[in-house]
Order: sequence, then C-alpha cells, then structure tokens
Amino acid sequence: MEKSLIGMKCWEENSMKCTEALKRCFKKLRTRKKKPYINNTEALKRPAKTKKIVTAILIITIIISSGYETGADFSKLIAGIPQMGVLIMEMFPPDWTYISVIVEPLKETLRMAILGTTIGGLIAIPLALFSASNITKTGIIRYPARFILNLIRTIPDLLFASIFVAIFGIGPVAGIMALAGFSIGIIAKLAYEAIETIDNGPLEAMTAVGANKIQWIYYAVLPQILPQFVSYFLYTLEINVRAAAVLGLVGAGGIGLYLNRTLGLFRYDQTSVIIIATLLAVIIIDGLSTVLREKLL
Amino acid sequence: MIEFKHVSKVYTNGTIGLKDVNVKINEGEFIVIVGLSGAGKSTFLRSINRLHEISEGEILIDGKSITKAKGKELRKFRRNIGMIFQSFNLVTRSTVLRNVLSGRVGYHSTMVTLLGLFPKQDVELSLRALERVNIKEKAYSRADELSGGQQQRVSIARALAQEAKIILADEPVASLDPLTTVQVMEDLKKINKELGITTIVNLHNVELTRKYADRILGFRAGELVFDGGIAEATDEIFDSIYGKESNRDEMLGGK
Repeated sequence: MEKSLIGMKCWEENSMKCTEALKRCFKKLRTRKKKPYINNTEALKRPAKTKKIVTAILIITIIISSGYETGADFSKLIAGIPQMGVLIMEMFPPDWTYISVIVEPLKETLRMAILGTTIGGLIAIPLALFSASNITKTGIIRYPARFILNLIRTIPDLLFASIFVAIFGIGPVAGIMALAGFSIGIIAKLAYEAIETIDNGPLEAMTAVGANKIQWIYYAVLPQILPQFVSYFLYTLEINVRAAAVLGLVGAGGIGLYLNRTLGLFRYDQTSVIIIATLLAVIIIDGLSTVLREKLL
Repeated sequence: MIEFKHVSKVYTNGTIGLKDVNVKINEGEFIVIVGLSGAGKSTFLRSINRLHEISEGEILIDGKSITKAKGKELRKFRRNIGMIFQSFNLVTRSTVLRNVLSGRVGYHSTMVTLLGLFPKQDVELSLRALERVNIKEKAYSRADELSGGQQQRVSIARALAQEAKIILADEPVASLDPLTTVQVMEDLKKINKELGITTIVNLHNVELTRKYADRILGFRAGELVFDGGIAEATDEIFDSIYGKESNRDEMLGGK
C-alpha cells in the first residue's frame, strides 16, 4: 500500500492537467500491477515507460520520414480534390446497359477465383505441414519449405499473372494459375501458424496408438485445424475475387480486361458499373463465407 | 511382461529422469507408481512405449526389445500398449466413436484409415469398449460435449479398442473430481481383472494407491526406491518416498 501511495504522488507531480477520473483509473491500474511484484516495482516500471516512449517516437519518425522521402504533400492532396470530384461526377449516372456486356466476364472472374483458390489451397496443405515445427521436426525439410513460402509471398499477383500470361498465353488459364500461386502464399502461411498452435495431446495419443505419420496427421492434426483452414480458404477466395478483377489488366482474363478498356476509353460511367458489380459479388461471397464459418466453428 | 534393464535417462538440460532402473512387471499386474513431481514417474511410464527415449539400458516387452525397434516394428509395439493421459488427449471436435476407432489405426493400411473404411468388427469392438465404460449412448456425440470423467472413459475405451495388452495411465485422475476419480479407477481396475490387461498407473494420492494397487513402485530423484505390495508399503515407506519433511496432511487429504 505504501508503495502505491508513493507512486501516486510521483505521478501527480508529473501530470497536473489530468482529470480526477483519470487519476482514479490510473491508481487502480497501479495497485493492480504492483501486487505481484512488490519487491521491485520501481525497477520494473521505469524500463516499461521508456520502452513505450521510444516505440511511439520511433513510429512517428518512421511515418514522417516516409512522407518526407516520398515527397507526399498535403497541399497536393487538397489541390487534387476537385479533380476527384470531376472523376466521380463522370462515373454517375452509371451506364446500366453495360451490365449485359459484363455479366459473362464477371462469371469468368468468379470461376477463375474459385479454381485458383482451390488449386492453391490444395497445394498449400502439404507446404503448411512441412513448414510447421510441431509436424516436421527436421529443419532439412522445414527451412526450405518456409523459404519457398516466403519466396512465393514476395511475388505480387500482377507479376504472377504476367509470368503465366507469358507461359500460357492470354486468357483465363494464366489468371487461374496466378491466383493459385498467390493463394498458396497466403493460405500456407496462415495454416502453418495455426498448426503450430494446436493441442499437442492428441498428437501424443496418436503416436502412442502406433499410427504412422500420415494416419497421425489425418487423425490428430487435420480435425484440429479444419475450421481455421476453411476460414482462411474463404478469406483468400474473397481476396482473389478482387485480385481477379485486376488481373485482366495484364491479359489474364476476366472482368479486368473490361475494366482496362473502359478506363482507356474514358467511359467512367461504365467503369462504375464494373466496380458496383464486383462489389456485389464480394459482398455475396463475404456473406456466404460468414455463414459457412459460423457453421463450422 | 515388461522388463527394465539398467535403464537411465538424462534430459538434454541435464535433469536426471531415471537412474539405473531394474524392474520386472508381470502380466496382469495392477501397478501404481508413486513419487513426488519430477521424481521420474512420468518418464518411467513414457519410456515403456517410447514417448520418451531412454539414454541407457534396454526395455523388453515379452522378451523383445522395444528400445531397438524402429519404424513399423515400433508401431506394432505401440499398438499393443494403450495410453491414458491426464488431459484425456481426445480430438475434441471429432465424435466419440471416431476417437475410439482411432485406436484401431495401427491395425490397418494407411488407405483404409484415410477413407474411414474400418471393418464392421472394428466398429462393434469400439462400441463394446464404450459399453464396458458405460458411455455407449454417447458414441455419436462430439467429444467436447462430454464431461471430464466421460472423456477419460472414452480414452480408456480407445485403449480397449486397441486390444492393448498393457495400459499405461499417466495421472489419469489428476484433473477429475472425487466422484469421477473413483469411477475411472474402478473402470481401470475392472478392466485389469476381467481382461487381464497389465495396468500401470501414476498416482499422486496415497489413499487411492492403497485401495487399487497390487504392487507399488516408489520413485525418488529418478531412482526406484520401493518395490512391493500394499502390505509392505507402510506410512514410513511413503514418508521416505515423499521425503520425511513432506506434509502428511497434504498427502492424505488430497482427494
């Protein structure tokens, strides 16, 4: 108790401006924190405070210096606002007749996203298992697997698409492959981190039962990560619908091709139709995946 | 029969798990292992099915060395040894029946088990195992819908479905209330008597040890310091296993 009073005094001296309510709040926090560390409160508290201040300064410095180095300028932002308004004005009213043209490419985009995510998700399973330290104990396999994952994740989806367009030619196949590659990176990374947090008990039990490695994974690992895996899969599908819409820019099929065309022709009223249609598709998929996830968990 | 020959275990951090342990455990015995936390009880139990590797010596099961076994041979040893854990270690998202059936995977090819094509006899065997521990009606419930005591009985059923000749129970009642503790211990004892399954149990409770054990093994700092029947295990013996200064009330009051 004594120590908490001393702490209170110090604190009051330092900040006179705060309100009574805040003081009471802080007092509560202080006394609660103190209990477990009665012997060395002072020593423990100070480094914690410096750390907070240093972190805050560091973050602010990074943000300001980034802005400075890239030449970001608030006056430019303000000067650009009228232009933004002009663009938005041109988007309205949307040219609704354009819907009949984009229905088919939109469907193609969705099909690309579904196929790409599925292929990527399937390839992600073994990669995630190889990368998880509680499944793959030897570093000889685990580190290369993680390296491959890092490598895949550093490649942007548009670069993937460009590469596959060069390989498979212009069309949806390139888009599907690009999305598959893109999905592997996301799903495998999230999945292997989920695998590393599973309960070790069932793994031990399956070892004791005499299961081989594949049975061990199938009976002890998969049931534990299935809900998360499905959740990551659906999340990636959502991302991929949006990504697929852009892939057309480099000729990888889907609605992106039309997006590119309308922008090139300055038909912003048609562009807005594409955006609204994609938004609707994303909202529907989001709703479906929320329902599915709730059912599974 | 399980035979320990000069078995020692030193953990990588230098902690001694077991120190030159020599013991023979006969078929059908109900053995209770006692000792303080960290005395080597768990290490002893887990070295039998090699969940823990030993550093020196050899462990023989029915005359064959499990210490030297590898791959498929080791898995065959393990499928004959059922194990029951303090935290039950069920896959809580799967059904009770599936958890029990998982005890059968050692008997089938990978393909059969992945497709879930367990033969009818296996399903019947599993249901009978559940019947024996009185929770057959829960067969199609999800494991996480069951209480702790029920979950522990599922894990006993899993060991039974394995058609294990040995059951190792690592503090099976440590996370159960007094009533379910008795039920689980009764189940283990009944299985031991009716099916003649060698049962080795780690316990922290003197009262339960006296009630259920045929034979008691006492460990202290990795050494086997007592091996005998209940009659020989006097209060003085327990004192020496737990260290003289230990609080007797705590030991006896426990559960």
